[in-house]
Amino acid sequence: MPVIPGSFAYHRPDSLTQAVALLADLGEEARPLAGGHSLIPMMKLRLATPEHLVDLAGIVDLKGIRTDGSDIVIGAMTTQHELVGSDLVAAKVPILRETSLLIADPQVRYVGTLGGNVANGDPGNDMPAVMLCLGASYDVTGKSGERRIAAREFYQGAYFTALEPGEILTAVRIPVPAAGHGYAYEKLKRKIGDYATAAAAVVLTVSGDTIATCSIGLTNLAETPLWAEEAAKILVGSAPDAATVKKAVAAAEAITAPASDGRGPAHYRTKMAGVMLARALARAQARARA
Amino acid sequence: MAKTQIAMKVNGKAVDALVEPRTLLIHFLREQLNLTGPHIGCDTSHCGACTVDLDGKSVKSCTLFAVQASGGDIRTIEGMAAADGTLHALQEGFREMHGLQCGFCTPGMIVRAWRLLQENPSPSEEEIRFGISGNLCRCTGYQNIVKAIQYAAAKLNGTAFQEAAE
Repeated sequence: MPVIPGSFAYHRPDSLTQAVALLADLGEEARPLAGGHSLIPMMKLRLATPEHLVDLAGIVDLKGIRTDGSDIVIGAMTTQHELVGSDLVAAKVPILRETSLLIADPQVRYVGTLGGNVANGDPGNDMPAVMLCLGASYDVTGKSGERRIAAREFYQGAYFTALEPGEILTAVRIPVPAAGHGYAYEKLKRKIGDYATAAAAVVLTVSGDTIATCSIGLTNLAETPLWAEEAAKILVGSAPDAATVKKAVAAAEAITAPASDGRGPAHYRTKMAGVMLARALARAQARARA
Repeated sequence: MAKTQIAMKVNGKAVDALVEPRTLLIHFLREQLNLTGPHIGCDTSHCGACTVDLDGKSVKSCTLFAVQASGGDIRTIEGMAAADGTLHALQEGFREMHGLQCGFCTPGMIVRAWRLLQENPSPSEEEIRFGISGNLCRCTGYQNIVKAIQYAAAKLNGTAFQEAAE
């Protein structure tokens, strides 16, 4: 098992314009480098052998967390550690903090970025399902200009996304959920640092005991993150009793198609998706204020 | 492949060198600077034996290229003790509390705990365990590592160390 990456040329542009120009000039053998905690392990195994790495670490415009109208905009190079430490995130979109703390381990969170996590297209990454749940969108820039892609339309297959070659994901834009919303990210994993056996994100609002709005995302249960639209519809308008929750859980389980792997056989992982959803739902409801 | 010039501060000293872009930080530290304190354990970003401090962050030096650290300020286990050899409170804690057996994970544990205590000078036992969850130890069962960090926290804070009842 080789653990020394293949040779490549290293580029460290200090502006987005330069980075986009480099990626356009260098073509398909060039890859952007964010935190590198997915790409570098792949390079050490020679599963990725880019000839050029364009390091985005020197581009200050890709950093930072700010509000823009009713959105929170998070620069792609913002690390998980910075998300955990952000008062703005904790106040406005606390599910991001909860999720970040369940990603990998402290060392990885210091370096791993939100942009890398959502752009890589790895079904094991936690943030994509949270972004589907929140209705986020991604700002991307390429040689033909800027565009905005809804997270719910971004993921097409394992490591296959709507990003075109040479495009850089520059920011994640999240509509701030209503004040008093309830949220939870429940992740079953074998140990610290592992990808999810199954995980569920829930964001909801309540009116009295009734669920007024609800959105659900599922992690590592198919080739792409899943937005469990039907399951959420079953819950909306109800003060869910056990039978309604069971129906919603069944609807969520029905859209999963996990692999059988070291985390368990497919049918087990599907059942765990249901368990994670039920737990996330209960915790989100307990946190919601009418 | 052409080599790239890099410059950084390592344990307070300015260092510059030529490296291939693919050179991992751990290999640069161990093989070019002869700093063999940071260890190569799993080589797959899991075990934390290669942990060093880079610009105020604990990082796994097996999962960073040396070129990425250019311009940075690095601290390894070799930079923990004072110039006269006086051990850092963490090193003393690991000795006094038997926080190591084979010692392989110790450099990574201490460098990680050094950053943890700067961010949270009085961590609870749970916070210590969560804070070192990126560092694996196969000997101790962690109990004495946690005590060693509690010992160091108390010493750095000038408070009395109370060994938790087992």
